[in-house]
Amino acid sequence: MTEWLERHIPKMVLAPSFIAILVFVYGFIAWTAWVSLTRSRLLPKYEVEGLIQYERLFASPRFDTAMMNLFIFGTLFIIISMVLGLLIAILLDQKIRTEGVLRTIYLYPMALSMIVTGTAWKWIMNPGLGIEKMVRDWGFESFSFDWVIDPDMAIYAVVIAGVWQASGFVMALFLAGLRSVDGEIIKAAQVDGIPNWRIYSAIIIPSMAPIFLSAFIVLAHLAIKSFDLVIALTGGGPGYATDLPATYMYAMAFSRGDIGQAASSAMVMMAVVFAIIVPYLYSELRVKHD
Amino acid sequence: MKTSVFAAVSAIAVTCAMPAVAEPQAEVLHWWTSGGEAKSVAVLQQEFADNGGTWTDMPVAGGGGDAAMTALRARVLSGNAPTAVQLKGPAIQEWYEEGVLADISAVAEAEGWADVLPASIAGHMKCEGTWCAAPVNVHRVDWIWANADVLEANGIAMPTTWDEFNAAADKLAAAGITPLAHGGQAWQDATVFEAVALGILGADGFKKAFVDLDMDTLKSDGMVAVFDQMRKMRGYVDDNFSGRDWNLATAMVMNGEAAFQIMGDWAKGEFLAAGKAPGEDFLCASVPGDGFLYNVDSFAMFNVDGDDKKAGQDLLSKLIVGQNFQKVFNLNKGSIPARVDVALDDFDSCAHLSAKDMNESSDNGSLLPSYAHGMALRGAQSGAITDVVTAHFNSDMSSADAVNMLADAVANSM
Repeated sequence: MTEWLERHIPKMVLAPSFIAILVFVYGFIAWTAWVSLTRSRLLPKYEVEGLIQYERLFASPRFDTAMMNLFIFGTLFIIISMVLGLLIAILLDQKIRTEGVLRTIYLYPMALSMIVTGTAWKWIMNPGLGIEKMVRDWGFESFSFDWVIDPDMAIYAVVIAGVWQASGFVMALFLAGLRSVDGEIIKAAQVDGIPNWRIYSAIIIPSMAPIFLSAFIVLAHLAIKSFDLVIALTGGGPGYATDLPATYMYAMAFSRGDIGQAASSAMVMMAVVFAIIVPYLYSELRVKHD
Repeated sequence: MKTSVFAAVSAIAVTCAMPAVAEPQAEVLHWWTSGGEAKSVAVLQQEFADNGGTWTDMPVAGGGGDAAMTALRARVLSGNAPTAVQLKGPAIQEWYEEGVLADISAVAEAEGWADVLPASIAGHMKCEGTWCAAPVNVHRVDWIWANADVLEANGIAMPTTWDEFNAAADKLAAAGITPLAHGGQAWQDATVFEAVALGILGADGFKKAFVDLDMDTLKSDGMVAVFDQMRKMRGYVDDNFSGRDWNLATAMVMNGEAAFQIMGDWAKGEFLAAGKAPGEDFLCASVPGDGFLYNVDSFAMFNVDGDDKKAGQDLLSKLIVGQNFQKVFNLNKGSIPARVDVALDDFDSCAHLSAKDMNESSDNGSLLPSYAHGMALRGAQSGAITDVVTAHFNSDMSSADAVNMLADAVANSM
């Protein structure tokens, strides 16, 4: 009996969460996929009609804008956050006295919700209230910083707010990574008289590859599911210039009573996530296999 | 085990059978939760209780009704719909097609709704010939509000054509006043757009374009002219308009920063709340052009089980369209009664103008549903149009491109 229990208790304990995930994650993914093939409007319908919703989706200029914005936002957000995070981490790594305080200050934005970040930056970047007005009041009358109301630049304003929020977190990741590099190697390099920047670029950073990967994955999923930041900062505007696939999906499902359209855009979003996650999983699993 | 189940079942049966006369019960889903609106609902609640009913309030705030619709969807899917739900326009028919709306024709006929409601508004309350919803109010959408002092100081009269409006706006801009107070949110862009469209296309053209979705009208030269005027309107708006809420735009008119605002008559509530008097401090007029765009709030009745709930539905419908509620509610809300036989003595001059125009336009067929406020079209179609309108307004897209995009977007939304 005890032997039987010993063998089966782990399975029994895991079973509820396994079933919950099976139903609430994979079950509903399957449900969404099904609905995306129907002509559902206000309420879900289950007669499969083919790929009509995807045709509508890809014919919609608004969804084009949303995907383009995801691409711009995702790329810049990930790259700038990583570069800035790494830079701050390296600077903090110079054994400075107030590191603890500075680290907390940089990490703190991560503790805020995206809604707070978005609202604060909305005011900071508003030309009539924020930076532009301040600089103009100092006497620089021609100064202009109106990205948040310029349809061509508004998505970059979103990037600024996103980077502000996330780069501190990336810094913390990298700082941990920097500290985990074997001190002996660094000392050996220093004894050999190798300049500091070479130590970083040739020894420390390459040995941090797994940290880069984790940072990338965390930032990528933040970018793809980004919704609240845009809602708070620009409300998707001006026009729909800062729409992202997530806000598009929300508008279709909850404002317009077009569930089929929402489901198909959700499936496309999932495909984007898979395009990023699957290579990661593949590389992870392969490493374990060796 | 078996006996306890039996006992429970019989207990339920007893409690269900108890009331000899069904006491009216109503669970009401609505999103009137802010100050004046909450007060307006309380009026109905009180009246319902005075007539022996039990009101279960189900307010769901947020998202201009989006959150309430999500709650409604969940309730309907679980087979437990609320008694009455705040719904409007084609959404009523959309829910009817899902087969979940109740028939309240008996009350409507007993109360003679057909005689007291304007025909086009009554049309929204009917589902394939039976009455399925009760109208609460009529908001006029195509208003132009103005600061009286600013107009006087610049020697400008209320414009009656779009050319006059443009001339007045140019004059104001030269004098350093923002001609048009506007908030850059998609629905506000759409509100201005439909006011312009009504003026330029006329009532017939408006109906063809935004009710019938006639492709020829959507692609017509008239529509190009509408977008041309929208481009001009963009020039009359201050630089800082993106994302501004409509009531902040109203405040700009109030304190003389801006001269005009195009907005529905909920803006009047802002003026009145600030202690401004219509005709003296601020002026109201219909936008240039003939016609009347309405936004009618209503309650749709859902299929429910039980005599008490059905009795609640009947009582509620009767009270909503009743003279007393129509008057008190609309005084609170800033709109006008949907039924035409309510005495308007306590209403202000803007409401009188609105009621007069409603009756006239109802007679000559120019009483039209507002597309921007979800009265004319279903969500997918009106949303598609709004996408184009707001994209054009917030970029330097040409009018010709906008018209083509409009036709494509409407076709794609079907």
